[in-house]
Amino acid sequence: MAEPAVIAPRVIIVGAGPAGVRAAQTLVAAGIRPTVIDEGSVSGGQIYRRQPAVFRRSYETLYGFEAGKAKAVHDSFDELVTRIDYQPDTLAWNIHNSALFTAQGNISRKLPFDALILATGATDRLLPIKGWTLPGCYSMGAAQIALKAQACAIGREVVFLGTGPLLYLVSYQYAKAGIKVAAVLDTSPFSGQLKALRYMASRPSLLAKGVYYRAQLLLRNIPVHNGMTPLQIDGDKQVSGVRFRRSDGTEQFIACDAVGMGFHLRSETQLADLARCAFTFDQELGYWRPEADFDGRSSVAGVYLAGDGARILGADAAEISGQLAALATLRDLGHKVDEARLQQLRQQQQRMETFRRGLAKAFPWPAALAKSVADDVILCRCEVLTAGDLRRAVSFKGAPELNRAKALMRIGMGRCQGRFCGSAAAEILADARQETVAAVGRLRGQGPVKPLPLDSRLEVSK
Amino acid sequence: MSSRFVRVAEQDRRSIEIEVDGVSCTALEGDTLLVAVLTHAPALRQSEFGDGARAGFCLMGACQDCWMWTASGERIRACTSVVVPGMSVLTHPPGEDLWPNQR
Repeated sequence: MAEPAVIAPRVIIVGAGPAGVRAAQTLVAAGIRPTVIDEGSVSGGQIYRRQPAVFRRSYETLYGFEAGKAKAVHDSFDELVTRIDYQPDTLAWNIHNSALFTAQGNISRKLPFDALILATGATDRLLPIKGWTLPGCYSMGAAQIALKAQACAIGREVVFLGTGPLLYLVSYQYAKAGIKVAAVLDTSPFSGQLKALRYMASRPSLLAKGVYYRAQLLLRNIPVHNGMTPLQIDGDKQVSGVRFRRSDGTEQFIACDAVGMGFHLRSETQLADLARCAFTFDQELGYWRPEADFDGRSSVAGVYLAGDGARILGADAAEISGQLAALATLRDLGHKVDEARLQQLRQQQQRMETFRRGLAKAFPWPAALAKSVADDVILCRCEVLTAGDLRRAVSFKGAPELNRAKALMRIGMGRCQGRFCGSAAAEILADARQETVAAVGRLRGQGPVKPLPLDSRLEVSK
Repeated sequence: MSSRFVRVAEQDRRSIEIEVDGVSCTALEGDTLLVAVLTHAPALRQSEFGDGARAGFCLMGACQDCWMWTASGERIRACTSVVVPGMSVLTHPPGEDLWPNQR
């Protein structure tokens, strides 16, 4: 009697950054042909984003110390392309009943899956500062993308403001490219960075790079202010400077024509939410993240989380977690997995976790600053809602949590869907209600997770 | 200041002509629309809510603050669109007034 035909499992990976690439590679090695959905037009994700094909800068120029890793990720993916179903320029915009909905231009597709690995990456974590909607003010990630992917600086004299490892890396990259860095303004005190050293010693080479970037800024006489409080981004029709309060209490103004700002990163979790993954409030980070076991299994069978989209651990950890999520997928699909490799990956990932705790101590999210945003400051860039609008939704309408506030005054309902206002909105709402951030909930993800063209049509599969 | 972005390298690329608000503007092959416009102009668009000009924010297709318009009224996200010869965009939606400034 003939054996029934074995139906190949349908595995989809969303994202082609370091996590997505290593997940795809691990699946291909096990004989699976995954579908890889990439919002970019070439693989690499944001951290190892590739420049356009007509650009000629070397890997060393583009990625510095990380040139070897970037090239390895790119080369690995390029070797895989014929053995996977790669869909670039494609947005994954919804998940429903074990099917992923994608859009490429105005063609929408429904892709049923047996397993789904979400490697959706991160965006800058932000809080509003008066004047942050002025032309010339960009996210930290934007400042880096302009330089890396387009060989442009965001201005002629740039102030970098916020906190986190990117603050120092991007400042250094701009200085190295010959752009005047007017100042580096860090909300985190230097003392906290020293205290965090014992955790960060878990990855000595990465710690050394951080020290190097900072030393390079000092060598170039770029003012670095730790423990400062941003007061205002000045300007009439565009950025003309930054006002801040130094750690000693004195106020200072620094003239500039551009600002790059960010307070470390936040995971892109909308798809995990639409897949109905359970979320947990992370006290250390002060926000909700999807639950996952150490290998990346979410609370929903068949849905796995990898890379910065699951937890902000950086590019090296993303490569490991991509492999771990793929191995978990393989095991759950009934494949035999290499136990020794699994153990080794878990050990490596544990060191990444220790380092991450160091980063959280060195560059804490300035919750107090978010809470104290003045009433007249624009909180929602999309629809120009102010912090005062949100506070009034609490005092006059009794908004008990974020989604109710959204219904009452549209916070988080604009085109970015709360990506850029959500962190601060949670702090402001919690403060106005005199509750914890955990108590005011989180903005629920809604499909489509990004705008779709009005003429989108669903392609009916044959 | 007329331009916002400054090119720091990769300037020996083929030039491409595009139109912004009917005015011809020279971009370079491989430019995103956002870069093509901001290397000539200080902003991309007017906020629909009357609070002034905007010039994009995240550059990675997440904030949706860099939408421009075509003459036929379609929106185009400047940070993720690559320029092609003959591209024509507007910094205001055609035939539509901005919301009155409520503040």
